Amino acid sequence: MIEIENTWLLLFLPLAVAACNWFFFGKKGNIASLVSTLACLVTLIISIGLLGKTGEESFTWISLGNAFNLSIGFILDDLSTRMMLIVTGIGFLVHVFSLAYMKDDESKARFFTGLSLFMFSMTGIVLANNIAMTFIFWELVGLSSYLLIGHWYKKNTAADAAKKAFITNRVGDFGFLIGILTLWALSGTLDFSMMAIPAETCETLVNITLLCLFCGAVGKSAQFPLHVWLPDAMEGPTPVSALIHAATMVAAGAYMMVRVQTSLTVGAFPELTADVISIVGAITAIIAAFMATQQNDIKRVLAYSTLSQLGYMVMALGLLSGESAMYHLYTHAWFKALLFLGAGAIIFACHHEQDIWKMGGLFKRMKITSFCFLMGTLALIAVPFTSGFFSKEMILEAALHKHPALFWIGVGVATLTTFYMMRVILVVFFGKERSKNAEHAHEVGPTMTLPLIVLAVLSIISGYAFMSDNLVPFNGFSAPEFHFGLPFYASMGALALGIIAAVIFYAGSPEKDKLSNNWVSRALQNRLYIDAFYDKVLIRGVQGIGAAIIDCLDQFLIGGVIVGGIARLVAAIGGLLRKLQSGSILAYTILFGLGMIAVVFFTVFYSCNN
Amino acid sequence: MVTLTQYLILSGILFSIGLVGVIVRRDIIVIFMCLEMMLSAANLSLVAFSRAQGQNGLPNYDGQVMSLFIITIAAAEVAIGLALIVALYRAKRTINTKDLDTLKD
Repeated sequence: MIEIENTWLLLFLPLAVAACNWFFFGKKGNIASLVSTLACLVTLIISIGLLGKTGEESFTWISLGNAFNLSIGFILDDLSTRMMLIVTGIGFLVHVFSLAYMKDDESKARFFTGLSLFMFSMTGIVLANNIAMTFIFWELVGLSSYLLIGHWYKKNTAADAAKKAFITNRVGDFGFLIGILTLWALSGTLDFSMMAIPAETCETLVNITLLCLFCGAVGKSAQFPLHVWLPDAMEGPTPVSALIHAATMVAAGAYMMVRVQTSLTVGAFPELTADVISIVGAITAIIAAFMATQQNDIKRVLAYSTLSQLGYMVMALGLLSGESAMYHLYTHAWFKALLFLGAGAIIFACHHEQDIWKMGGLFKRMKITSFCFLMGTLALIAVPFTSGFFSKEMILEAALHKHPALFWIGVGVATLTTFYMMRVILVVFFGKERSKNAEHAHEVGPTMTLPLIVLAVLSIISGYAFMSDNLVPFNGFSAPEFHFGLPFYASMGALALGIIAAVIFYAGSPEKDKLSNNWVSRALQNRLYIDAFYDKVLIRGVQGIGAAIIDCLDQFLIGGVIVGGIARLVAAIGGLLRKLQSGSILAYTILFGLGMIAVVFFTVFYSCNN
Repeated sequence: MVTLTQYLILSGILFSIGLVGVIVRRDIIVIFMCLEMMLSAANLSLVAFSRAQGQNGLPNYDGQVMSLFIITIAAAEVAIGLALIVALYRAKRTINTKDLDTLKD
């Protein structure tokens, strides 16, 4: 029923809706939100219809002579169609959730316009049949992310966070662009289906190309050292955090790397590149997990958790196990969107209170939300037979085969994940209410709970073979058979250790974090001073150098030499001439007398001789 | 017999004294007197030329007529000049040229 041609509709419908909302429904938030949500439903239906289809279509957008054509097109295979289902599926649920969450926002229309623009951009990344198109849409998701993080732009922190996200991403994108150009130089094409690196290429060049492409993923997927923007991005509305900063856009980095891996084949990845990628992923996973343990803002805990899970995916990419990366991306998308939307519901119920130490006892007040949040947590901490368990197991398995050290880092991250998630659960849902807002909390409406329930079901069952074999975005994916082995025992140990530690410290409704108020906690709360370092050293340094250069050009060359120099020259000549205009009769008389003598002299002694 | 050259030298000396007086003196009355002396020097040379150009025992009267004109005009000029000095003194309370530098502004 749904033909391949409908893909164009899938791609451009959200753009049309965004334009329509912006131009016609700017003041009519209710209509704009309904139009966006319906469009999202349509794209979801098309995505479901496209599952399993393959094909490719494109048209030339910009033609630069014979050498280079920039085309816009789509490629359909299991990787893109299934990813599309995740994007539109979560997108639709988030739209529905937002209908309630943003009900009283005064610029609802702008919010939904931003969401539609994001859906368009993300669809473009997923469907892109060439890497230049990926880059264009890559920037577009950056833009829509900027607009949505800064939705409450009157708040300084939100405006700053939006700027930080955009600029940090630009750093990565610069590398990405260089990578695209080198790749084009190497393989002569930008199309994924024809791309290949010639066999005789020098390995250093391949390393540089792939690592430059990876730079883009580092920025977009918020890997160390460009991870700093993601926690700040939590200043945006919570549905945005769920859709963009947990499930889809941040996963685009991993998706793009898998797309490149699929078209260049895994064998094209030299060992050095693979090692760098997996080590960056492992570092991100472990430091983010540590930082998450001392955050007090519920959304920030989840943000660091997202960083840490993205670290897992990138680590799996580096282990050249794209299928496990995509498996984790797929399960993570459902349960992390669930956790964020759950956090959104909690924040909404507590009158926009985000500090977990002002919540408590919410389990008995918000049963459905709490239950769903709990399901998401179970999947995240990889309790056996939830979706997160299967995908994490697959990554650990891959790590154990290639790099045992990374395997143990992975287990450590799993322990920390369990610890910080149980901390949130124990502090937020159990014990006594710690503030008035928590006491007055009550269950949110069905528009919010329905998406939560759907996601909760998915985060439990999506790991099983009947779902994952058909839905994990990877060409030829089949879920591995579960078996008992070192990864299973290690992750069970991690789970038990994490739960026990969390119960020791946080059970029984403590008023404050028992682990805080020491230097370790302060370092973790301050993000290991990485942000401060960037701010004080890198940004100030670069700005200082730039300011010095501009100062030299502006103040010295233009101001001092050109403008000031001419002025001074004129003033000097004027000063000399002004002395003639003394106003003193005496001086005039002397000049007059001298002039007269000169006239007489010349008349008498020169002109007479002729 | 006094030659033309001697007259002209005397005239030049008178003129120079007058010019130096105009340049170095500060008192505007004295400057004015020096100016008159320069005019007189010119008159003297004109009369001397008149004598030297004479024919048939008669001088050439052109030069003498011219000097008469000069004396007449000088008289008028003195009247105007002294009136200006009086007006200047009333306005500025000084006749020292050093203090009269408002032309600059």
